Amino acid sequence: MPIRPPAAPDQPNPSRRQWLGHGAGLCLALSLCPAAAVSEVPSLQAMVNQWAGGRPVQAGRITLQVPELVEKNGNAVPLSVRVPEPGPGLHVQEIVVYNERNPQREVLRCSFGPLCPRAEAATRIRLATSQRLVALARLSDGSQWQHAVEVVVTLAACVES
Amino acid sequence: MTADQPTTRPTLPHPVRALVALPAVPPRDTPFEVRTTLGHPMENGLRHDGHGNVVPRMLVTRFEARLDGALVFAADLYPAISANPYLSFWLQVAGPATLTLDWTGDWGFAHRETRQLQPT
Repeated sequence: MPIRPPAAPDQPNPSRRQWLGHGAGLCLALSLCPAAAVSEVPSLQAMVNQWAGGRPVQAGRITLQVPELVEKNGNAVPLSVRVPEPGPGLHVQEIVVYNERNPQREVLRCSFGPLCPRAEAATRIRLATSQRLVALARLSDGSQWQHAVEVVVTLAACVES
Repeated sequence: MTADQPTTRPTLPHPVRALVALPAVPPRDTPFEVRTTLGHPMENGLRHDGHGNVVPRMLVTRFEARLDGALVFAADLYPAISANPYLSFWLQVAGPATLTLDWTGDWGFAHRETRQLQPT
């Protein structure tokens, strides 16, 4: 059986150290991202900017009610959003809730028809970790309003090993 | 980011049931709250079973409440909504009406609840 000669000196022979470095970097990058995700999940601010469409978002009008400390169960955190007084002659077009650190940014989007007496909705959500939640409302005159709450979570949801 | 859906359709663990709580005799021309809970696992596609396989994503993605066909309240639900999704909203009626609640989601999921409202 012929002995395979070593690589010729004029051919670049990548050193083992270089390959280990590249491999470790690749593994680190993959481990930071969930296995199913190839594209990056946008940041909370990017989602808010995208929803706002370049128009200003003011604080107020909308109330996001969520416990600031979640001790018992991050899998079922009660959340409610309401716009009690949109203003004279105005109604709420849509309310959107975004999060900061779950695998996906969107939490809820709701819209209210003309027969709906109150722009108010409640649900239960999952929180992966302590993070910021933002509720955004767009009124029929195009004005945009927000309310953000920081939530501390001691028992996480979403990702189970 | 959503997990790829496998070719095998997952089955819901039990017949789908919904709880709808609203006043038996709603007040006329006064807002009243409707509270709904749907029995659905809301799998977000990130969990793993005991064998290391990903449990496929199976979500309810849309809820619509209609009074006599007119859309009153609609919500888009995302993986952040808890399992057995709870939703509450407000209605106001001036006379007898039919309330229709529709949930739709992945894998062709669709569930409807109908209630006849007889206000005072």
